[in-house]
Amino acid sequence: MKPAPFDYHRVDTVEDALERLGELGDDAKVLAGGQSLVPMMNFRIVRPPALVDITRVPDLKYVARDDGTLRIGALALHREIEHADDDLLGGFGVLKAAAPLVGHFPIRARGTFGGSVAHGDPASEWCMLTMLLDGEIVARGPDGERVIPAADFFLGFFTTALEPGEILTEVRLADPPDGAAIEEFARRHGDFAIVAAAAAVDVEDGACTRARVVVGGVDEVPLRVEAAEEVLAGSDLGAEAIEEAAQAAARAVEPGSDIHGSAEYRKKLTAVLLRRALTRAVGR
Amino acid sequence: MSADGASPDGRAHGAGADDGRWVGRSIRAVEHRRHLTGTGAFVDDLQRPGLRHLAFVRSPHPAARIADIDTDEARATPGVEAVLTAHDLGDTAPLIPALARDDFVPVEMPLLARDRVRHAGEPVAMVVAATPHAAEDGAERVRVTYEEETAVASLEAALADDAPAVHDEAPGNVLLDARHADDDVEPDFEGAAAVVEATFRTGRVTAVPMEGRACLAEWDRREDRAILYTSTQVPHIVRTAVAGILKLPERRLRVIAPDVGGGFGQKCVVAREEALTLIAARAVGRPVKWVEDRQENLTAGFQGHDQRYDVRAAFDEQGRLLAIDADIVCDVGAYSNHPFTCGVEPLMAAAELFNAYRGSRYRARGRAVATHRPPMAPYRGVSRPQIVLVVERLLQKAARELDLDPVEIRRRNLIPDDAFPYATPSGLTIDPGSYREALDRCAAALGYEALRERQRAEREAGRLMGIGFACFAERTGYGSQVFSQRKMTMTPGYETAWVRMDPSAGVTVAIGTSGHGQQHRTTLAQIAADELGLDPGRIEVIQGDTDATPYGWGTFASRSTVVGGGSTKLAAIRLAERLKRIGAHMLEAAPEDLELRGGRVVVRGAPGHEVALEDVARLAHLEVHRLPEDIEPGLDAHASFDPPGTFSNATHGAVVRLDPETGAVTIERYVVVEDCGVMINPAVVEGQVRGGVAQGIAAALYEEVVHADDGQPQTTNLMDYLVPTAREIPAVEIEHLETPSAFSETGAKGMGEGGTMGAPACIATAVADAVAHLGIEIDALPITPEWLLQALEAARPAQRGAA
Repeated sequence: MKPAPFDYHRVDTVEDALERLGELGDDAKVLAGGQSLVPMMNFRIVRPPALVDITRVPDLKYVARDDGTLRIGALALHREIEHADDDLLGGFGVLKAAAPLVGHFPIRARGTFGGSVAHGDPASEWCMLTMLLDGEIVARGPDGERVIPAADFFLGFFTTALEPGEILTEVRLADPPDGAAIEEFARRHGDFAIVAAAAAVDVEDGACTRARVVVGGVDEVPLRVEAAEEVLAGSDLGAEAIEEAAQAAARAVEPGSDIHGSAEYRKKLTAVLLRRALTRAVGR
Repeated sequence: MSADGASPDGRAHGAGADDGRWVGRSIRAVEHRRHLTGTGAFVDDLQRPGLRHLAFVRSPHPAARIADIDTDEARATPGVEAVLTAHDLGDTAPLIPALARDDFVPVEMPLLARDRVRHAGEPVAMVVAATPHAAEDGAERVRVTYEEETAVASLEAALADDAPAVHDEAPGNVLLDARHADDDVEPDFEGAAAVVEATFRTGRVTAVPMEGRACLAEWDRREDRAILYTSTQVPHIVRTAVAGILKLPERRLRVIAPDVGGGFGQKCVVAREEALTLIAARAVGRPVKWVEDRQENLTAGFQGHDQRYDVRAAFDEQGRLLAIDADIVCDVGAYSNHPFTCGVEPLMAAAELFNAYRGSRYRARGRAVATHRPPMAPYRGVSRPQIVLVVERLLQKAARELDLDPVEIRRRNLIPDDAFPYATPSGLTIDPGSYREALDRCAAALGYEALRERQRAEREAGRLMGIGFACFAERTGYGSQVFSQRKMTMTPGYETAWVRMDPSAGVTVAIGTSGHGQQHRTTLAQIAADELGLDPGRIEVIQGDTDATPYGWGTFASRSTVVGGGSTKLAAIRLAERLKRIGAHMLEAAPEDLELRGGRVVVRGAPGHEVALEDVARLAHLEVHRLPEDIEPGLDAHASFDPPGTFSNATHGAVVRLDPETGAVTIERYVVVEDCGVMINPAVVEGQVRGGVAQGIAAALYEEVVHADDGQPQTTNLMDYLVPTAREIPAVEIEHLETPSAFSETGAKGMGEGGTMGAPACIATAVADAVAHLGIEIDALPITPEWLLQALEAARPAQRGAA
């Protein structure tokens, strides 16, 4: 299919991008890697009258460390995370482990971390991990810069707190967990997960001081499952506790059904995948 | 020069193999360079001055009356030049595929729907515009008023007592009802040691060629002819049919298949869009191109393999198959395809059900059932993936009931080596093959005994592993006698080859087969090269142009190597004879003492007494005054070949592992032992095996065209229609046996469909083997993880939670 007619604009700086978006109005969209947006345009599922291409903006492409905080520039490619230095990532090695799950090799060569987070697919690895790791999203708009906690950022299917005219410029992750892992189930390599489960734990003296659990593919947003977190907090993170948390998550989620999986199947997968993710997270 | 004797440009040079023969060598395909460097020319690569683009308006409803079509807004769309509906097509003849059988109901396939639509995706109008984008913009703005009707979207719905009729001519929705065989099978069932009864289902699938369908049509005003470039497997069939539809003398239509990016049967039938693109080009007076997108291909393209078998099989206490009683029903969609018709699937299923196994008596009924879904075309394997699945599962069930090893029960039933030619209970005659040896070799390659041991140990540890097999006979290279039994309106089967040498001793082979990924330009050249004593690099194979090739049938049904190769060989022999006669004159020798070798005519046993083919060719074309009077000028030869057919055979074996927590199936090993007679080019054979196996695995575990109960397509893109990636397909281990065919001139047998025929059964029996001890039967494809998990939990609740 061919996209509906649109105008194309390219900018070199964030300022120009903001100015252009302001001129073009609410329906204009930012183009980064295009790996999600362009197929949707080709299917005519979305029809932005204008695109503002920010891929040539040089100061958005970085993965950097400021003390303990990992700062991922919006235009950092998936591939850059996949091949990032372990020392640079520090305690956020789960990002590197997750990267091979993001699409396919060519997608990772063009798609961006920021684009994925701004797109807001609840089953996407970066959205889930941003949620899991209590990330902060930095956005710049006509009124300046603001920082949005992940918990307030994902509002629904492909719907985030970004206002029209705003650009996501950075994702920040502070406070790395002691262990984290993500597990997903898909019919084919590179597919979006039918269900994915991510877990992050902090341990002190053999007891879990904090647990975070996010499940994707079961809700409109990457879902924090407090019911599972409550089981794990204070536990010894042994097999029994893990199993109990997994079952609690399966009971708590209310997924929909489609041809790739019924609601019941997704609940079963939630338990299986969370158990596997926790086992790996603890194993670290 | 590379190790295989091929020079970097893909052409082979030099003296060839040690014995000078080219058949049997894996020389690099001539086609590869073009396709791997992006310099191929597919329909969408073709440009013309003033080219316009065509988009179709397709029905979103599976069943509806068309109340009105308003094209005003579409016509006003920027870039749009014309909008046509069924009333704007001019004088056309109807397309009514037919079989001369009393039990067949012919129905018309309209070019554009007139007063009703019968499947979602049926074309209703077409828009010609300056760009493909504008054509799509225009198509969006055509306002069709539909009055929706109740759709029948499944076999069960179509056969229900009160089902609406897809076609008024077929109340009850049965377009073909054939009683293929009607032996008295009851005594076999009464006396049987084991009776296996089951219903098998295979889901609808579609071919997914890498290139979808595409046409470029232009009317040549100077020549007063039309040229249709189309991504087809059957250029002459398209020419005859489309000329008839447009009421154009056939000589005034040229059909060209340029590079074609796969067909798999979806393109061996005539597409409405082929006629429509020509009509659109005529209407706007400009060349017009239509290139379907993937969504169109998945929703509106021809589909297949949607079948149900209600079967009983009787076995004696030795596990020998006595009789089969089968009721076969095929969901053939809303229309018949041309020329094979919707009868091709049920008729082939009923005719070949025993496949590679012996039996005595047979009763079978095959029906084609219409539904409000896209029409069926013969997709790779046609009904053979289904019948192989059915028979393999029947044997597997019988083995379980009689406590026989699954390999042993196959061994007892496979056609033995001393039984050829073997007359099957369903009326086929199978020529010699290596059925038992292929099974034994396959089992040995897998390490069958050790695998059974391992399976026992794994089972005790709660892990699920399975071993599966599929043995089959693939019917290939059959000619007009066999096709005539089907009673089509035209009888395909033969091929004719024109083999010609030019004054510089270069050779062309023009033939009516039509390669679309099979490397015919390489393999047919290899065959001719052996007869002419020439390097294949000096032989050009010309296909896919109805102006430049003899009338022929194209490429489908695993026919081209046998029928095309046979006619090529016969024509090349005739040319060789001419060359020897002229050479004899030049060398003052007897023609029977001459050989063609290394580009020369040589006197056998007299080294140095020879003449170069260039000199012979020069004489034959440019200095004919020096030829004796009884030799005509020129170096043309032609020959036709129309064989009875020949069967190749194979055994597939697989080891699978099941994840009891998710239901996922992983294929650990996949082995193919295949026998296609003399291999012209082993690398080409292996490519066909791998591709076929991938499609067969897809049908077993991944792909299904899904329509909701109301007929709405659910799998309209590649996210939902699960074509497996290379990561899902295991490395296929291939072993070759060779039982030369006595019916093909070259000793070769066809084999292009074998991979798809064996893989579904092989995977199904492997998964079944993994779970049989839990009482789970695998009788329907595709096997999805969700279904498997549910079955595992229902059979053994304690399974959940195991490692």
